[in-house]
Amino acid sequence: MDKLAEYLQYPFVRYALIVGVLIALCSSLLGVPLVLKRFSFIGDGLSHVAFGAMCIATVLKLSNNMLLIMPVTIIGAVLILRTGTNTKIKGDAIIAMISVAALAFGYLIMNFSNTPNLAGDVCTTLFGSTSILTLSRADVWLCIIMSVLVLVIFVLFYHRIFAVTFDENFARATGMDTEKYNLLIAIITAVIIVLAMNLVGSLLISALIIFPAISAMRLFHNYFKVTVFSAIFAVICAFSGIIISILAGTPVGSTIVGVNVLAFAVCWSIGKLRGTAA
Amino acid sequence: MALLTVNDVSLGYDGRAIAEHLSFTVEKGDYLCIVGENGSGKTTLMKTLLNLKKPLAGEIITGDDLKPGEIGYLPQQTEVQRDFPASVMEVVLSGCLSRMGNRVFYSREEKQLAVENMKRMGILDRADQCYRELSGGQQQRVLLARALCATQKVLLLDEPVAGLDPKVTADMYRLIQSLNKEGITIIMVSHDVAAALQYAKHILHVGNRVFFGTREEYSSSKLGRLFLEQEGGEA
Ligand SMILES: Nc1ncnc2c1ncn2[C@@H]1O[C@H](COP(=O)(O)OP(=O)(O)OP(=O)(O)O)[C@@H](O)[C@H]1O
Ligand SMILES: [Mg+2]
Repeated sequence: MDKLAEYLQYPFVRYALIVGVLIALCSSLLGVPLVLKRFSFIGDGLSHVAFGAMCIATVLKLSNNMLLIMPVTIIGAVLILRTGTNTKIKGDAIIAMISVAALAFGYLIMNFSNTPNLAGDVCTTLFGSTSILTLSRADVWLCIIMSVLVLVIFVLFYHRIFAVTFDENFARATGMDTEKYNLLIAIITAVIIVLAMNLVGSLLISALIIFPAISAMRLFHNYFKVTVFSAIFAVICAFSGIIISILAGTPVGSTIVGVNVLAFAVCWSIGKLRGTAA
Repeated sequence: MALLTVNDVSLGYDGRAIAEHLSFTVEKGDYLCIVGENGSGKTTLMKTLLNLKKPLAGEIITGDDLKPGEIGYLPQQTEVQRDFPASVMEVVLSGCLSRMGNRVFYSREEKQLAVENMKRMGILDRADQCYRELSGGQQQRVLLARALCATQKVLLLDEPVAGLDPKVTADMYRLIQSLNKEGITIIMVSHDVAAALQYAKHILHVGNRVFFGTREEYSSSKLGRLFLEQEGGEA
């Protein structure tokens, strides 16, 4: 405990906690509709798209590669989420197609530039380029602003997101502009993923999208409760994961994922026990 | 003016027509049954009437007192809904979205409307239960309650009795008929020609040959008799 109090005095530890918890919160909220729409792997897919864009940015020697990565990833997200319920190619296939294509092209293009550290670059997209423990003040503010934005949008459109996720055709038949909401979901998904990918890596972002949602679904059978629980679940796991990794000196991202897996196992067991008891 | 006027409409996907030259009208308070073989385009017609897809040719005119979004819809069940964590109340309430305008949350009146429609469908005591844990017949009632939240005017029902046992099926037909008596226009897809002839006022037969007329005209037409015999032979 003393050791923890001592660590908390360092700004980088506080920054890591704020950013980690906020990203976990946003991804878990998005995770519920994404998992239900069978887009669990969108985090992986989009991070590959972002990797492809990053390769192009490197070859073109762009000074600020975010200017390329963000729009390309948003386009990727829109392409993926547009497929929805009414097209012939289903969600999992389109994610696989887009992500594999982006990865392959990115890697190909990368070979034309004389980047010495290719393996290293691939590794950073998976595990985060700026380590969460070396965040700058600007990173933290960007993250706070984006998270607040996502939260506000999420609350404002909560019922509409539910309707689009539960039954898109019905929502459309009763006069809702479902394209608009699918686009909205796609854009905030892309924003969160690009942000998170830089900070914590794409491996972690996928876990943060999937685990809270499926854990909540083990325990609750009501959309509102599932949403609230997955948010709480994500916050607790991210918080304790970061603390553990600081105290134990383990890698942050993997520790958070580890905590998520354990917590999921607990939820799963409780769900099973309740199922057999009832 | 008729509630819905369908003028020489052709249906299909990717430019390939599956049903051509459909013309019919639906009046206020009508009960229209759409019959036809599997794959003849009944669901496609429903989707076109709902504006979910465009007709290949022809036009659909809605009467001046029917605004878009004032149609209630009971779909053939989709994959996603089957394992979705949502309570009955949440599903029924989502039918009120079209009334919500720019508001963010449901008003008290909308919640009251949802409760009333659940009462009407006899599922009020299940309001907090999980939708996916209900039986097929109960799920249909939930979706019907949701459709009723969306409209007081027109209901489009796509095979509302598919997979239900004879008793529940009869209940369902009675329910739909009572809604029709309350003044709601019903457009229903059904494979059950006998029931269609019992309850409907008009029949639309889609397929290789198209028929539109009152049920009396249908049962005395050559096409109707042929189809009735076939269906009777299968059952
Ligand atoms: N999304 C689609 N893309 C292309 N063709 C389709 C699509 N959906 C349906 N079809 C085709 O259109 C035809 C009509 O389908 P539809 O679902 O309207 O039939 P239906 O009359 O409702 O049949 P059922 O009685 O089985 O419900 C079928 O031949 C089907 O193969
Ligand atoms: Mg059908």
